[in-house]
Amino acid sequence: MALRTDAKPTLETQPLEVNLGPQHPSTHGVFRMMVSLDGETIVKLKPVFGYLHRNHEQIAEDITYIASFPFTDRLDYFCAMSNNLGLAIAIEKLADVTVAERGEYLRVIMAELTRLVNHTAVTGFLLNDMGAFGTPLLYAFREREKILDLFEAASGSRMMCNYIRPGGVREDVPDGWLKRAKEIVDRYPTFLDEFEALLTKNEIIRQRTQRVGVLSKELAISAGVTGPMLRASGVNYDIRKVDGYSFYSRFSFKVPLGSIGDVYDRYSVRILEMRQSVQILQQAFKQIPDTGPAISPKGVALVKAPRTFRPPKGDAYGRIESPKGELGFYLVSDGSPQPYRYHVRAPSFVNLTILEDMCLGCKVADAVIILGSVDIVMGEVDR
Amino acid sequence: MLPSPESLKETLQAQLPGIGLSIEGEGFGVEVKDWVSVCRYLKTAPALELDYLSDLTAVDYPPDRIEVVCHLYSMKQKHGPLTLRVKLNRAHPVVDSVTAVWRSAEFQEREVYDLFGVTFTHHPDLRRILMWDGFEGYPMRKDYVVEDQDVLEKPA
Repeated sequence: MALRTDAKPTLETQPLEVNLGPQHPSTHGVFRMMVSLDGETIVKLKPVFGYLHRNHEQIAEDITYIASFPFTDRLDYFCAMSNNLGLAIAIEKLADVTVAERGEYLRVIMAELTRLVNHTAVTGFLLNDMGAFGTPLLYAFREREKILDLFEAASGSRMMCNYIRPGGVREDVPDGWLKRAKEIVDRYPTFLDEFEALLTKNEIIRQRTQRVGVLSKELAISAGVTGPMLRASGVNYDIRKVDGYSFYSRFSFKVPLGSIGDVYDRYSVRILEMRQSVQILQQAFKQIPDTGPAISPKGVALVKAPRTFRPPKGDAYGRIESPKGELGFYLVSDGSPQPYRYHVRAPSFVNLTILEDMCLGCKVADAVIILGSVDIVMGEVDR
Repeated sequence: MLPSPESLKETLQAQLPGIGLSIEGEGFGVEVKDWVSVCRYLKTAPALELDYLSDLTAVDYPPDRIEVVCHLYSMKQKHGPLTLRVKLNRAHPVVDSVTAVWRSAEFQEREVYDLFGVTFTHHPDLRRILMWDGFEGYPMRKDYVVEDQDVLEKPA
């Protein structure tokens, strides 16, 4: 008997509404997707969040500029150092603070180490989402822990670093830290090779990720998607190159691009970005001056007496290329020690805008992987 | 490189006759009625191509005004930012949505609606985003009173 493909459905059907999350390991925090399913195919998806909302912006408007730094650690708790850097750059722009040279190099080193931490972890989680429980994630976390040890030695805390300040860094790194960091960074490509041998050509991973969650170039630009996701769609836009903030114009590195913008491209771009970060770090270790202050005089004054720091009236928008995309801080000063307005432009918040577009027509199991490839952290989405 | 605000203002007024435009710092203040048409022009004009709305937020200036502020960049030509502001009446803050121009405004406008109470007309899905449905008040306004967490029950 031949299979009839043109048969009209005789039963009345209706879409099935499913809530994925908010408490589920695949949702990377407390995040909910309201999904309408036709069979196993997604016909509608609405992200719901705000469970972790504590109005970070309002808190920051009641305290001094410097007092916000520990709060920024908790925005994207994987990348505390780059969050600090974003706020520091916005304050420097607002009040015209210069940065000490050694401090600036240390900031670049910290920001790139954070990128390694973030991309390693998110790649591990992506595999976790695909059902490879444990093993790849533990490989990733083993390497991440080594860098977190470095952060702990420099700042006193593994994850909530609170280390970077306007004008430089809070204090210089301990003796021998740079040597230790260099050893870890030099060994990193070996780990990446090992990781890639396990994953990149893996047939199962390719089956699950290639041509899944495709994001077109035009939609990516219009939706303000930034970071590895944007570059996986083939748009050459890296704020480190475009703005050349900090000392990034002093280093030679490439911007890896994807071609079609599927989950596999996002994975590959992240792996390639880690290799570029290693190159930036190696150049920074060579270039960093051995002596000199880690923070400029104006920065010292600002840290020692935060209530005397009154930026001139005006506003400033400072942005950096955080591991997840464009992290922007918009500050408005009215001449008082507190910011009049403090706004965080969180990359994962904006990147979620097109989650539904990427998921429509995919199977429900793919939605979990697509969400994983967006790389969200709820501390930053909900603020 | 972006042209200077003065020359950009001349271009804009020549292209879109009758618009109200004022130079504010590095960017422009736009009138409510011209908000979407100015945005659409800035996105499509070949010399500018500001195709990337990076950031959209609001600032509350009691007692009478709320400003919606946005920062525009160009991904094609790699220039920016251009800051646009629109002043709204604080009692009834209403402005057209720019989601049709830049998709990235969708969630950011919802956030401004949620925290500042600005209504964006023609927005595809204007609901609260961070606070829950049924929440009253707009927490980012300067006159919002934070509840006292030490009080377990409100006195009758």
